[in-house]
Amino acid sequence: MKKGYFGQWGGAFIPEVLHATFVQLNDEYKKLRQDPAFWQEYIDLMGNYSCRPTPLTFAENLSDYLGGARIYIKREDLNHTGAHKANNVMGQGLLVRRMGKKRVIAETGAGQHGVATATMAARFGFDCTIYMGEEDVARQRPNVFWMEKLGATVVPVTNGSRTLKDAINEAFRDWVTTMDETHYVFGTACGPHPFPEMVAWFQSIIGLEARKQIIAQHGRMPARVYACVGGGSNAMGIFQGFLDEDVELIGVEAGGKGLDTDQHASRMVGDRAAPGVAQGYKTMFLQDDDGQMRSTHSIAAGLDYVGISPILSDLGEQGRVRFEAATDTEVLEALTMSMEKEGIIPALESSHAFVQAIKEAPKMDRDEAIIINMSGRGDKDIFTIAHAFDDPSWKQFIIDRADSYRR
Amino acid sequence: MKLDDDLRRRLETKKILLMTHLVLGYPSFDTNREVIRQMAANGVDCIELQIPFSEPMADGPVIVKANQDSLARGTRVEDCFAFAARMVTEFPQVNFLFMTYYNIVFRYGETGFLERAAEIGLQGTILPDLPPEEGETYFGASKDLGLAPITFFTPTSTDERMQEVAGRGAGFVYVVARRGVTGAHTEMDAGLTGYLDRCRAATELPLAVGFGIASRDDVAMLEGRADMAVIGTATIRLIDEKGAAAVGGFIAGLLQKG
Ligand SMILES: Cc1ncc(COP(=O)(O)O)c(C=O)c1O
Repeated sequence: MKKGYFGQWGGAFIPEVLHATFVQLNDEYKKLRQDPAFWQEYIDLMGNYSCRPTPLTFAENLSDYLGGARIYIKREDLNHTGAHKANNVMGQGLLVRRMGKKRVIAETGAGQHGVATATMAARFGFDCTIYMGEEDVARQRPNVFWMEKLGATVVPVTNGSRTLKDAINEAFRDWVTTMDETHYVFGTACGPHPFPEMVAWFQSIIGLEARKQIIAQHGRMPARVYACVGGGSNAMGIFQGFLDEDVELIGVEAGGKGLDTDQHASRMVGDRAAPGVAQGYKTMFLQDDDGQMRSTHSIAAGLDYVGISPILSDLGEQGRVRFEAATDTEVLEALTMSMEKEGIIPALESSHAFVQAIKEAPKMDRDEAIIINMSGRGDKDIFTIAHAFDDPSWKQFIIDRADSYRR
Repeated sequence: MKLDDDLRRRLETKKILLMTHLVLGYPSFDTNREVIRQMAANGVDCIELQIPFSEPMADGPVIVKANQDSLARGTRVEDCFAFAARMVTEFPQVNFLFMTYYNIVFRYGETGFLERAAEIGLQGTILPDLPPEEGETYFGASKDLGLAPITFFTPTSTDERMQEVAGRGAGFVYVVARRGVTGAHTEMDAGLTGYLDRCRAATELPLAVGFGIASRDDVAMLEGRADMAVIGTATIRLIDEKGAAAVGGFIAGLLQKG
């Protein structure tokens, strides 16, 4: 198979000006893969700086309430900066240090990857610029605040749909100018080779831990593993712990306002996606008959994206991963249930995985186990979640606070 | 006649050739036609017709906006083919090439797209996001159909890479004058001259130099060092500011002795 391909998906569709940059990146990445000391360096860093291994929490109340499979939750919310994003970012930070580059750039949707990258840059002493769609800047203001406080420059992107895909285009435009001293810290398992493979590799730390943890707690493999899928990095991360086992893997996409509307971001379910080549790689893209990308919608900014990891397109095509979609409404219900039954606040993205698990668990046997990958925490999204719940006392607080600033 | 032979023949009587660029459907197909008429009347040799794409990753702000506005007005790939066919018949003295991003070609069907482009008389295609490694079938099919698949040299290309890339292409090599995206100005300095010498040594194909070429001075600097100057963003800016009528004079001025 051609380098960087997963079945028919992937590749490196890059402008010629980046050819030499990718030659270097591929070389350095190859060296990391061949250096056993590197993975240990990475594990040590994540243990010391980022609370790894994150727990696998047995959700006893939720399991009993639903009355079926035993539910375990992999707690990426407890990773530093509150999501799985830090795994990839710290790994790439070590890579950047080895390459001797001094500046990092990144795209961000929800702001999670941006905050993680700004954190990594602060820790490693790199300059940092984050590209973020104007629409996401507006809906994820607290993350913008933290990125700036962490020393990053946040550039709002006003092109196109002003969301994640446009931030990616803009980051590439920066990179084709500055590649000599700059590394582009791609945030998910998408983009040109070697990014899908490399990001998935750093995220495999989730699956490696979860595999050991479920055996320790449940005594054997789980029946199913659920993860939400934006670009696909948290899903690939946990799935890699179970790919070789008889474990069903379920990726949950953003169903938005419903698959029968044009306001969703589901590529593997529904009928609005088709094979395409954009943003440096070949995958299933939400696009029209001419090949123009469609506008997408999700209550979760981190899932609001036109493409999906080429590795997941392949696993989906092979039937190894089953894809489902969760609607915005279902997501809020699942989030509420998780908070009330377990005192756990999943991010809106992660709540998509909860939706499908909650649907399926009651139909499963009590001696079966399932794992939900909780990719991030929801309390950092207080503005978005409070808004989504249309919470009256929160709204009054905002009004009062705004008034006090006006005075 | 093959595109590179045609360009060499033109170079017998001209110091340097001109390639211009426009985004189809921006600001409208009617304006596109008027702009092309003036370009043709003032001796432009090649015109890049850019089929708009929603993700124009290699373009700067001016062309990005033109892509977006054209799509917002409802421009379809089908309209672009129909318009290109008319232009080829109306202005036979000009070599027309499609410029776009690979997804437009891929979604249409690579073979179907190229066959149709050849059928209506286009000379080649320029796809900035399709490197030779990914474009084997595209390069092969283009050459079989007599279309020139344009390749790129950039300031980051090694001599070895230039030779490899040029070997895959045909027609001419698009020499990207500097790092970055379209639109910003390129300084015509010693670094650029040395780079152009390296480009010249790497291929027999004509060299078309673009990215930031906007004035008579820029074009004069390229005379004797390159075969064709590529004017992209500058004409779009001009049309935005002064309208299509200003194009003829601008093009004539690029070639005038200063
Ligand atoms: C908490 C959380 N989960 C999931 C995602 C989606 O990304 P991916 O599919 O790469 O895991 C994001 C993206 O921002 C996120 O912040």
